[in-house]
Amino acid sequence: MSSPHIRRENNSVQRVMAHVLVALVPGIAAYVWQVGAGILVNLAIATLVALAAEAAILALRKRPIAITLTDGSAVVTAWLIALALPSIVPWWLTTIAVLVGIVGAKHLYGGIGQNPFNPAMAAYCTMIVAYPALMSQWPAVGNTDFATQLSLILGGTREIDGLTGATALDAMRTGLRKHEAVSAILANKTAFGAFGGRGWEWIVGGYAVGGLFLLWRRIITWHQPLAFIAGLGLTAALFWVIMPDRFPSPLFHLASGGAMLGAFFIVTDPVTSASTPLGKIIFALGVGIIAWLVRTFGVYPEGVAFGVLLMNIAVPLIDRKTQPSVFGEREEKRP
Amino acid sequence: MSASRFAHLFHFHGGIKPASHKTESNGVPIRAVPLPERLVVPLIQSSRGGARTIVTVGDKVLKGQCIGEAEGKAGTAIHAPTSGTVKEIGRYPMAHPSGLESLAIVIEPDGEERWFEYERLDPEHASREDLILRIQASGIVGMGGATFPSHIKVDNAIDTLILNGAECEPWITCDDRLMRERAADVLTGATLLGRLSGAKRIVVAIEDNKPEAIAAMRAAVRAEELSDKDESEGIEVVPVPARYPQGGEKQLIKVVTGIEVAAGKLATDYGVQCFNVGTAHAVCRALVHGEAMVSRIVTVTGNVERPGNYEVLLGTRVADLLALAGVKPDTDRTLMGGPMMGFTLPSAEAPITKGSNCVIAASPTLFPHRPPEQPCIRCGSCARACPVELQPFELYWHSRAKNFDKAGEYHIFDCIECGCCAFVCPAHIPLVDYFRFAKSEMRAKNEERKAAEQARARFEFRSFRLEREKAEKAARLAAKAAETRAAMAAAQSSEPKADPS
Amino acid sequence: MLTALLVMAGITLALGLALGYAAVHFHVDGNPLAEQIDAILPQTQCAQCGFPGCKPYAEAVASGAAEINLCTPGGDDGAKKLAELLGREFKPRGVQEEKLKTVAQIDEQTCIGCTLCIQACPVDAIVGSAKQMHTVVSAICTGCELCLPPCPVDCIALIEEPRTPQNWRWKYPRTGLRVVS
Repeated sequence: MSSPHIRRENNSVQRVMAHVLVALVPGIAAYVWQVGAGILVNLAIATLVALAAEAAILALRKRPIAITLTDGSAVVTAWLIALALPSIVPWWLTTIAVLVGIVGAKHLYGGIGQNPFNPAMAAYCTMIVAYPALMSQWPAVGNTDFATQLSLILGGTREIDGLTGATALDAMRTGLRKHEAVSAILANKTAFGAFGGRGWEWIVGGYAVGGLFLLWRRIITWHQPLAFIAGLGLTAALFWVIMPDRFPSPLFHLASGGAMLGAFFIVTDPVTSASTPLGKIIFALGVGIIAWLVRTFGVYPEGVAFGVLLMNIAVPLIDRKTQPSVFGEREEKRP
Repeated sequence: MSASRFAHLFHFHGGIKPASHKTESNGVPIRAVPLPERLVVPLIQSSRGGARTIVTVGDKVLKGQCIGEAEGKAGTAIHAPTSGTVKEIGRYPMAHPSGLESLAIVIEPDGEERWFEYERLDPEHASREDLILRIQASGIVGMGGATFPSHIKVDNAIDTLILNGAECEPWITCDDRLMRERAADVLTGATLLGRLSGAKRIVVAIEDNKPEAIAAMRAAVRAEELSDKDESEGIEVVPVPARYPQGGEKQLIKVVTGIEVAAGKLATDYGVQCFNVGTAHAVCRALVHGEAMVSRIVTVTGNVERPGNYEVLLGTRVADLLALAGVKPDTDRTLMGGPMMGFTLPSAEAPITKGSNCVIAASPTLFPHRPPEQPCIRCGSCARACPVELQPFELYWHSRAKNFDKAGEYHIFDCIECGCCAFVCPAHIPLVDYFRFAKSEMRAKNEERKAAEQARARFEFRSFRLEREKAEKAARLAAKAAETRAAMAAAQSSEPKADPS
Repeated sequence: MLTALLVMAGITLALGLALGYAAVHFHVDGNPLAEQIDAILPQTQCAQCGFPGCKPYAEAVASGAAEINLCTPGGDDGAKKLAELLGREFKPRGVQEEKLKTVAQIDEQTCIGCTLCIQACPVDAIVGSAKQMHTVVSAICTGCELCLPPCPVDCIALIEEPRTPQNWRWKYPRTGLRVVS
């Protein structure tokens, strides 16, 4: 062991992960308030499965279990998966999603720090491709009855009208496919609130508050959130200014779906994001643009996850091409 | 002199602000150390060249008398730290992380402390060459820890001389105390160094957490001005922000002048040079007072009863120093140098050398052991802290995988091993350990490659030589054969005449 | 159906042409194989492979006449590199402990000045002349041991290079990342 012999106090991976979990609390609180307590059941299932899967695979891989299990990274992945999935998906779907995330996306690539793809987004994309129907059923707005949600999660029948509903992004896409004007679609107030999905505006706001907390605590840097918001917002703004009836506003895009969760909790994942300052900006900008493209032209209502996975592939290249110049490598400076 | 010249300081990227722990040891004046029973003076005291012993066992030596002559141009002479008898010339543990032994001269003091009288040089009138030779003969090396021979450094023409009194490492206060107590000598040494290297201005850079040292140095500059010497013209004391590694040579040059010294270049290429305040003090002692380097100021701190600064004769055992300062029972290791860049001493038997600025008794409470290493999550904290603007986590991946070519591409040799990255790493990865490993492997590989290249060339030349010799021999034989044949032919043709029959 | 087939055939043809063009026009002349192999070999010139030096062995490997694991100083590491370069299967050489570099040293009291070792040295690292004492220039010596057998008085020994701060190496950090079972 050589120098340094001192270290920053209270500095650990656990602390980083704990901050992320705390930052998710406002969003989760708003979720419970607006959509119902069912999400808590999903969060619990996801957490348990994630910890069990993590422990099992660490043992299989002959890695020290205690230290990695307690670092909190598996819990963060679990929570992000639970929050990305509809809160009333059956328990087994959550379980599969978490297994895909932890085992498939993380450990098969070498475990924490080595995975090229964001585990939560890899899990989400696998699920939306594998179970498109279940993945499009979100709890109907205003129907926050916990017993109903619990029965759905435990595998109860889903063939009851009014139990599930479309999200704002879904409703918008369906409307646009029928060549309705954006303003006319937004007039339908069962799905839409002031600027995003009805009720979801609060949750999105909660995520944003948590994100600002992470920025303040310097767990994340401004690069990715700002670049993601710019990528999604500016692309949306460009088309919206030209044809406001064919393309929804940037505000609608940013306040809907997983935009805020993505901006502060997904594209900021240090492992799978680019790591140079310029690289972070390029990465998140790309995610934002792809998210808009998928939302606007793709077959899926939400595109953040696809944007993240596509940009994940490009990360090694981005990092290599954006290496900052080292001390003394710049032009000689003289006062 | 205008104070506004440095109103604008520059900024270096990254850096950290560890708890400074200076007050433990900077409150007490520099104390003397009782003469130890014996002094062990290693022959190698500098990073560039060693000394050749010129005494034999049994010789009587005086304090400051040369006992090891500088070996070659880059060598550094060593001197008897006190008067006494040469007891032994043998192998002793070095103050080096390897714990290797090196040749050292053991001197038993006679307690008289009689100085060896050198021929005095008048620094005002002696020639530049003589003064530089005297610096070498006095065994002066950089006292900030790098121990680069000062006579080589000073032999460069520069504009700006930066006197490094930053002392950015936590716990160390030897430069602080030196500037407070011996500001005039430090300043005289700096002016001499400035004159020898032709510097037009001298900047005394001190971190702003040492207000007393700043005041003392300013008072010394004022006194110099009052005494109406020309040299005081370009001297300025500049407080710099306390931020580790402010005292790193390249960082300090950047902060004071705005110049970034590129990799592979020297500060002198930009007309700048840094000297440690301790070095300046030693130059003053050598040139003005005719005293070779036989002692230095060492901070003894950490888990001890009486932390403080001691004037220590070179060759004093670390263990003796620790005993003097009253080391507490829960001490589990000894650090030499600061906690950011120093190393764990393999043995407290090792002697104090010219580069030993600090000895820290470490206990698990004061210096907790590193928690187990966790996987890197690429959080980038290290890159934000790196004062050289490297990407330490990339270097870590490549060093760990022994992918040295890649590590080289990511500029591993620009790393100054300051330890900021490992200090901030949330996964507790000993990043500097990996970099030191990779660097020493890369250096060794490079040496091997050079040796192989040389062997190949020599082998090929030998093969060529053998071929040539063979050819020459064949040619010689052929020529001889031809000669013989010719002679025989001649003999044959003349045969009839020769043969009477 | 027919259109699809035609499209596929067209694409195949176009790509084939492109690849063919690239193969001809962007062809890079690599180092001749023997030189690439020689660059991997440790250049001790020890002839333990059965060839008179590193270059001859490299040529033999390049022509396929020799196995790739005959180099003793190169060890398993070197054999692996050769396997990688040549696309051949790596064959372990057996136990190979990493040893310190050694150099030959002549016991100058015993040396009779026979010059036999000088003739044996592949890199001309021994100096001396007939009836005069010989010395090994240790900076050049590769430690190949070729000088040992010819010496009639057994006055040559291989010694390990002493460890100094200059050639001392930092160790690979111990990590707890993997449980050693």
